Amino acid sequence: MQGAKTYRISFVLLALALLCAWLLNISSGSVSIPFADVLSTLFGETPEIASWKYIIWDYRFPKAFTSILVGAGLSLSGLLMQTLFRNPLAGPFVLGISSGASLGAALLLMGASLLTGYTSFAFLGDISLAIAASIGSFLVLLIVMIVAQRVKDTMALLIIGLMFGSITSAIVSVLAYFSKAENLQRFIFWSFGSVGNLSTNQLILLSGIVALGVLLSVLSVKSLNAFLLGENYAQSLGVSLQKSRLTTIVATGLLAGGITAFAGPIAFVGLAVPHLTRQIFDTMEHKVLIPAVMLYGAILMLLCDTLAQLPNSASVLPINAITSLVGAPVVIWLLVRKRKMMF
Amino acid sequence: MAKVGKNILSIKDLTIGYNSKMVAEHINFDLETGMLCGVVGINGIGKSTLLRTLGGFQPKLSGNILLKEQNIEKYTSSNLSKELSVVLTEQPASKNLTVQELIALGRQPYTNWLGSLTKEDKQQIEDSLDAFLLKDLRHRKCHELSDGQLQRVLVARAMAQDTSLILLDEPTTHLDLYHKVQILKMLQELSHEKQKTILFTTHEIDLAIQLCDRILILDGKEHPFGNPCELIEQKHFNRLFPSEMVQFDAKTGSFKVNK
Repeated sequence: MQGAKTYRISFVLLALALLCAWLLNISSGSVSIPFADVLSTLFGETPEIASWKYIIWDYRFPKAFTSILVGAGLSLSGLLMQTLFRNPLAGPFVLGISSGASLGAALLLMGASLLTGYTSFAFLGDISLAIAASIGSFLVLLIVMIVAQRVKDTMALLIIGLMFGSITSAIVSVLAYFSKAENLQRFIFWSFGSVGNLSTNQLILLSGIVALGVLLSVLSVKSLNAFLLGENYAQSLGVSLQKSRLTTIVATGLLAGGITAFAGPIAFVGLAVPHLTRQIFDTMEHKVLIPAVMLYGAILMLLCDTLAQLPNSASVLPINAITSLVGAPVVIWLLVRKRKMMF
Repeated sequence: MAKVGKNILSIKDLTIGYNSKMVAEHINFDLETGMLCGVVGINGIGKSTLLRTLGGFQPKLSGNILLKEQNIEKYTSSNLSKELSVVLTEQPASKNLTVQELIALGRQPYTNWLGSLTKEDKQQIEDSLDAFLLKDLRHRKCHELSDGQLQRVLVARAMAQDTSLILLDEPTTHLDLYHKVQILKMLQELSHEKQKTILFTTHEIDLAIQLCDRILILDGKEHPFGNPCELIEQKHFNRLFPSEMVQFDAKTGSFKVNK
């Protein structure tokens, strides 16, 4: 396919946009800090008020970094799913990965107290929540992978993923019905999604997971391109179907599962960003699309987080609601304008 | 007439079908370099099954398929992709690909892990665009093309894959007479000039008789194979359809409806 040359300007502009979105994100928050002070603090100087340095480096910086990881990772997993399932409506949610994470979180937050009869809040640190969610998403992923070995048809796999989603959300509803109000509230707060609560260790772990997912995706560039013709054509081009499908599913699982575990279920980024990206990058070449959707997703996530932060006020809106409010109209707009969604 | 060269495809006592359900058995034929061969027969007789079996999309039930004198199961998938390319009845999964992008995918067996195109790859893509009159359409998206244009693109992609054998499943369906003839003429040119062996299934028996070097008739029994004139002399086409409905006219090489 055509080289990345033609898109150099678009990439430079996107990188600049990412820098602007990042600066905007870092300089807004519940405490108003003048932009000049934000800049000088970022360059290592001590600002007028000492606590500003703490706010910027220990709170806003990791939060912005998480947003970038979450946006880039979810968008990439959406792109992988759309190519693998040859379906423009596929996203990280379709394989039931996010529902699996929800189930893990729900079992920990609401199930544990139901089973043991008392609430063990001391246990429920953020780390155990992330671990429970990871286990949940990887269990669902494991089942999907076992099914994937048996079911040859990718569309059937897509439907099976959706069914897993329905089963897990039904179990979550049952748990919610029997659970105590405060536990339910904790679960609901997790499902709002958040990019601001990660510790340094969690952030390092998440970076590692996302990096591995990106690496696997980059290694499958060629088979992803071949999948654009359909599975039979891909096979005739020498692509090993089983191996490529598995690599793609594992990459998606790492990206979507890891991110959902740490940041909660964040909707629409994975579905909408690949479509938005194709508005600028009019190509199907994954060598171009992979870096492009990651940049685009990071920008969108930073902007959504900036909006959720409600500048200069103490309240933070649920990020999951913001991404849906931004993402769903985008999908509708694309459908109305182009009449047909293509991937 | 094409130069007669070495054996590309040898089918020996092949039985095809699904699991235990046999579709056709005792299929035998040989194809040499640069031959254009049509497979004809009534619906459901096993034309597509034969093509899918030869293409490696479904296992054979028994018999041998030799590609360049080597058993086809012995090929690794990457080696096979350099010897055998296909044009299927299914549409490309993404119609958002441009003509050039789609044809370039045919070079995948030869490119590195990132799929970067070398000078040779690009030349091959240009040749394919040229041969199928697609130079002006190269930046068009596949969903903007007519059926005839899209079929040319898919065949051009197979040509870019630069294999000794090309299999096509009903390349002329959904096309008007002009485009049917156009695509078959192009296939004939490709086989004779580039020395490609081409096997395609079709319902256009009269066109196949005029253009093919060899024809395989799947009739559920003997599966006669040979050059069209011989097959006409041996009256094999007369037995293709129930005679009360249509009759074969040996003089014109076409079928007539019984009134």
